[in-house]
Amino acid sequence: MNFIDNPRKLRGFEKHIKVEKVSRRSILKGLGVTGGFVLAAPVMSRQALAYETGAGKMPHGVVVDPRVFVSVGADGIVTIVGHRSEMGTGVRTSLPLIVAEEMEADWSRVKVQQAHGDEVKFGNQDTDGSRSTRHYLIPMRQIGASARTMLEQAAAKRWGVPATEVKAVNHEVVHSASGRKLGFGELAADAAKESVPSIEGLKLKDPKNFRYLGKGQIGIVDLHDITTGKANYGADVRLPGMKYAVIARPPVTGGKLVKFEPAEALKVPGVEKVMQVRGWPWPSKFQPLGGVAVIARNTGAAIKGRDALKLTWDDGPNGKYDSVAYRKELEEASRKPGLVLRKEGDADAALKSADKVIVGEYYLPHLAHVAMETPVAVADVKGDKAEIWAPVQSPGGTREDVAKTLGIPEANVTVNVTLLGGGFGRKSKCDFALEAALLSKELGAPVKVQWTREDDIHNGFLHTVSVERIEAGLDKSGKVIAWRHRSVAPSIASTFAAGTVHQAPFEIGMGLVDMPFEIANISCENPEAAAFTRIGWFRAVSNIPRAFAVQSMVGEIAQATGRDQKDMLLELIGSPRIVKPNVKDLWNYGEPQDSYPIDTARLRKVVELVAEKGEWGRKVPKGHGLGIAVHRSFVSYIATIVEVAVDDKGKLTVPRVDTAIDCGTYVNPERIASQIEGAAIMGLSLAKYGEITFKDGKVQQKNFDDFQVVRMDDSPVVTNVYIVPPGPDTPPSGVGEPGVPPFAPALINAIFAATGKRIRALPIGKQLEA
Amino acid sequence: MIKVKINGQEQSWDGDPDLPLLWFLRDEAGLTGTKYGCGQALCGSCTVIVDKQAVRACITSVNDVAGREVTTIEGLHPNGDHPVQKAWRQVNVPQCGFCQAGQIMQAAALLMENPKPSHDQIREAMSGNICRCGCYQRIENAVHLASTGV
Repeated sequence: MNFIDNPRKLRGFEKHIKVEKVSRRSILKGLGVTGGFVLAAPVMSRQALAYETGAGKMPHGVVVDPRVFVSVGADGIVTIVGHRSEMGTGVRTSLPLIVAEEMEADWSRVKVQQAHGDEVKFGNQDTDGSRSTRHYLIPMRQIGASARTMLEQAAAKRWGVPATEVKAVNHEVVHSASGRKLGFGELAADAAKESVPSIEGLKLKDPKNFRYLGKGQIGIVDLHDITTGKANYGADVRLPGMKYAVIARPPVTGGKLVKFEPAEALKVPGVEKVMQVRGWPWPSKFQPLGGVAVIARNTGAAIKGRDALKLTWDDGPNGKYDSVAYRKELEEASRKPGLVLRKEGDADAALKSADKVIVGEYYLPHLAHVAMETPVAVADVKGDKAEIWAPVQSPGGTREDVAKTLGIPEANVTVNVTLLGGGFGRKSKCDFALEAALLSKELGAPVKVQWTREDDIHNGFLHTVSVERIEAGLDKSGKVIAWRHRSVAPSIASTFAAGTVHQAPFEIGMGLVDMPFEIANISCENPEAAAFTRIGWFRAVSNIPRAFAVQSMVGEIAQATGRDQKDMLLELIGSPRIVKPNVKDLWNYGEPQDSYPIDTARLRKVVELVAEKGEWGRKVPKGHGLGIAVHRSFVSYIATIVEVAVDDKGKLTVPRVDTAIDCGTYVNPERIASQIEGAAIMGLSLAKYGEITFKDGKVQQKNFDDFQVVRMDDSPVVTNVYIVPPGPDTPPSGVGEPGVPPFAPALINAIFAATGKRIRALPIGKQLEA
Repeated sequence: MIKVKINGQEQSWDGDPDLPLLWFLRDEAGLTGTKYGCGQALCGSCTVIVDKQAVRACITSVNDVAGREVTTIEGLHPNGDHPVQKAWRQVNVPQCGFCQAGQIMQAAALLMENPKPSHDQIREAMSGNICRCGCYQRIENAVHLASTGV
């Protein structure tokens, strides 16, 4: 087949070139031609927010500069830069939409341009921690308002009238006294010469005049491309002369290659080369594990070639990691005192004197992210310059790590961010991009490294495994007077530093020490746990086991005292107040306590709202049950009611889910609903099936047959989402992650209501059978 | 030399006849709309239509489709306005979007066979296609919408 004559091949090629041109040219230089907002050099300014967030403390902080984020062409097309990674939350639409709202741009004449990885220029780009809207609502409004002001000033000068007499309205500046109008395109060149107004003097729009924000009527910018197969994910990047690689990596974390025989692999049609890939000792953050790469003319040949390799590995120190034995270790550790992280009153004494003590020991196994797009990256390294195309959540971090790995200056590395086919925290680690960079350097050609699903499951950065043990002491009246929670789990910090045995502040702050109940005697402890594989962030992170344990325990207390679950939950939350746990340097998702306190009035509100809308207490058919759970995470408040049906064979289905979320001021309620609908399914997946196990140091699961996720035929029949209307000055809070944690405990509480069976270990698997 | 018609265009292949159609489409023909998700026909991301039937391109070889007609997401409708595609946009189905080409091709094949599928028939027919973002409720609504006229 002649590929040069193949129009399909050319189409893919052209598609790539378009991306390349956009990414390589400086936005300033490129748009100068059309007379946009252009000055000689971008000027950085730090944020001046209406309320304080943790945005300024992120690496490289926030850049509020219309010349970096906005340009207006002479044709009137407004180009707005999206500097966060799109993995399905809608952020590539939402943030530019905020800018368009404030600058009075007409969305149908707006183009979104994806930023490459450059945090000095764009500010922090780590798309994780459910932070994008939270950190950028006000900065994006300020950027839009600056651009609008510059356009208004240019028009006022042209007409010789005071700037106070003109007003930008829907892509035009209007002087109503004289009826004159000028389009944004006609003003672009002059507006570019205006000085950027000071942030402090900017006048933001009155929210009651919003056309887009809070309305949910704008579809995501990639919608048409996604439905027609044109959307460009990391996997879809094609460069001229590009080679395809798959890598055989050590089956055990920290293992090393002893020898390999490439002969059979080289006989596979299409295989061109077999080569060793440099690996780093464990732990070493996101550095590659090393192994053997098979280079071929297409991915299919590379996979077939890899299957034919003969490999000998030294499994190293983690070769004995065994999930059955490790669970016992964690359970034993949870039964002994651990490092005390929060102490109020005297929980030990109160538990001894309690009339009744209820003990729950909960087990949650490792999980794999299994984003539909497996890790994949393309690199083109030429001399001391590297260009990367990758679906990464951390474009800035990727740029840094590629530079360090190749030993070249960061300025010589360009990271082009493609769409992400799902992220869930896996793509916050750029190991796959580093592999591609190393291979391209050695091959002297562009190369795509494609992970197979088996690679994704065997060599990932897994969600931790944990035992959560809670003891609740009750007095004679049934009031909870003591609470001791021991959380035992290997830490994500173990992926960065050897010998880590305690949870990091950002992990203990996820539902352990920030527990909001009004109880006199509290002890939160963290016994030691070592890691034997790579642990990483997984959507909602430690909130998953913590919310599971705490909210299951609420159900258990209700069960033991014959109370209604919702009433029990509200009684434990207690009075509307700001919770101030006795914890040194309490981690609050990186946010200041003043703007984002632990507010039990808001926690109560989502419980009450979901109970009302979700018809808590409604009569359900035989074999059905209702469960409820609430959790604050990523500084948002979320409550969920799950209705389950369990048939006489133990088959579990979910007829209905109701979720209420208070995420403060919001941008796009339609995408919030989609995140919460999806979170219910991810929550059901992990509750019903999710388990990665190790034997002899190796992951035992391989693909979607033995690491199952929920499919349409067992997904909830209906998920209803209710969004709490924000107060006038409520700061925005997280949406991407917080939907996940309350789902599993609400489900487990519902299963108890339906069957009288209390499940304390996930996944449910076959526990309901027989 | 294997000849196969893809989106109405004749293509030929003289490499490994056992090469999975998925990799032929993506890497050799440059049709990247069809996605890799598992390689074992477990997730449906690679679904294409071969002679009016939905098949998983990851376990179908180029040789298997010799002389047959393959339709990928790129060829489903010249302007992307197949009723299923339109319904997908009206319902705002996608989150990350990666699995959606496979979902759309599966739904299009379902409607060819059964123009008015019931709730249970949709859930059963679509259950071979995994969406990790969890867009199932909207997928079901979009298939229903496509079947009743967009």
